[in-house]
Amino acid sequence: MAEVKVIGSWSSPYTRKVEMALKMKGVEYDYIEEDLKNKSPLLLQHNPIHKKVPVLLHNGKPIVESMVILEYIDEVWEGPAILPKDPYDRAMARFWVKFIDDKCIPPMWKACWSVGEEQEKLKEEAKQGLKFLENEIKGKKLFGGDNIGIVDHAANFIAYWFPITADFVGLQRLMTEEEFPNLYRWADDYCSHTFVKENLPDKDGYIAILKSRYRSIIIWHYLSLINYVTFLVRSPHAFPIYEYEFK
Amino acid sequence: MAKVQVIGAWFSPFVKRVEISLKMKGVEYEYIEVDLINKPPLVLHHNPIHQKVPILIHDGKTILESAVILEYIDEVWEGPNILPKDPYQRARSRFWANFIDQKCVPATRKALWCRGEEQEKAIKEAREALKILECEVKDKKYFGGDQIDYVDIIGSFLAYWMRLFDEVAGLHLFTYEELPSLCKWADELCDNKYVKQHLPDKDRFVDRVRGHSKTTRSV
Repeated sequence: MAEVKVIGSWSSPYTRKVEMALKMKGVEYDYIEEDLKNKSPLLLQHNPIHKKVPVLLHNGKPIVESMVILEYIDEVWEGPAILPKDPYDRAMARFWVKFIDDKCIPPMWKACWSVGEEQEKLKEEAKQGLKFLENEIKGKKLFGGDNIGIVDHAANFIAYWFPITADFVGLQRLMTEEEFPNLYRWADDYCSHTFVKENLPDKDGYIAILKSRYRSIIIWHYLSLINYVTFLVRSPHAFPIYEYEFK
Repeated sequence: MAKVQVIGAWFSPFVKRVEISLKMKGVEYEYIEVDLINKPPLVLHHNPIHQKVPILIHDGKTILESAVILEYIDEVWEGPNILPKDPYQRARSRFWANFIDQKCVPATRKALWCRGEEQEKAIKEAREALKILECEVKDKKYFGGDQIDYVDIIGSFLAYWMRLFDEVAGLHLFTYEELPSLCKWADELCDNKYVKQHLPDKDRFVDRVRGHSKTTRSV
C-alpha cells in the first residue's frame, strides 16, 4: 500500500496543485479520482466536515485544504522549496495566497456564471484584485522568483482554468493582455513551464466537463435571465458549481 | 524607535490575536492605536491593499493579516509554541483556524447582523459550525491541549467577542445547554493569563456595539 495518496478531481485546480507539489518533491503517490456527484465513503471518512477534494493521505492521516496540504508537503519532504525560507518572505507569500483565494478567484469564477449588472459588478471586483497582482508580478518571472512557489500554485486557476472557462461562457474583458500585461506574461510562463504543462488537464477534456456539468445551468440561463440573476444575488454562496468543483 | 510595533484598534479581535501572541513570546512592542473611521496615513501606507488593522511592523518590515502575523511571530521569536512542531498537528491547527475564520465567524456575524430569511439561514449555519467546534474541543482544556495555541488565539474572537455580540443580540447561539464544551473552553480562554489582559472592557465594548448597530446593519 502506498504511503501517500491523493483523493482528487481530475479537472480541479486545487487537486492539480497538490499533485504538482508532490511531484516537485519527487514523492510517489497513489491517485484516487473522486466522483463529486457520488461522493465515496473514503472521501466522506477523511473529510467529513467539508466533503471536498483534494485530500492528502499520508500514512493513513488525512490532510485537507489545498494550501494547508502544500505547507504540509513543504514541511515533510525535502526538495525544491514551495515556500521561501525567510520568515518575512514566507509571510508575504501567505499574504498573497490569501489575497488570491479571497479577493481574486471568487469574483472571477462567479463572473463566469452571472449576467448583466451582477456580472459587471463581479468583473469590477475581480479587476481590483488583479491590479494588485499585476503590480506584484512586475519584474518577476514567477511569483516564487525563478522557481514556482506557493503563490504561483495559489494562482494556477487564474493562469489556466479561468481563461478556458471565460472563453467557454463568452466572458469578455476581464483579464486582458492590454490591461494586465505582466499577469498575462506570467500566466504564459507558468503554463509553459516544463513541469507545469505536463500536469495540467487537457483543455478539451476540461471544456467537455464544463459542457456536461453546466449544460442545464446554461440553458436555464438563456431561458430565464431574470430568475438566474435573482438566484445568484439571493444565494451566491450556495452556487453549486463553485462549492462542488473547487477544494 | 521600537523594533516591534503593532498598529491596531482597541476593540478589534484580530489586533488582540497579535498582541496575545507577542505576549506569549515575551516580545516588547509599541502599540499604536488608530481611528478606523478616519484612517491615518500610517494605515494607508502600511496596508494600501486592505487598509485594515492589525499591522505588525518588525525592523521596518510590514506584516499583515492576523493569521499570517501569528505564523510570523511563531517563526521569528523563541518561546512557547503558537503552532505545534509536528507537521501533521500543524496542518490540523491550520485547518481548524481556517474553519473558525471562514465558517464560524462569518456565519455568526451574519446570524447577529442580518434579518429575516437571511438571518434564519445564518443562524442554522452558525449552530452547525459551532457544533462541529464543540466536538473538536471536547475533553480538552484548550484546542492546544494544556496550553493555548494557534487555534485558541484565532478562536478568541468567538470566545469573547462573539459571545458578547450574542448577549447583546439575544440570539442565544452560545449556551451551556447546547455547547457545554465550547462554552467551558471560552471561559478558560478568557481567563488565560495571556488572553485576559488584552480583552477589551466589556461595558465599553457593548456600548460601541449598541452604538454601531443603530447606524449600520452591514456584516
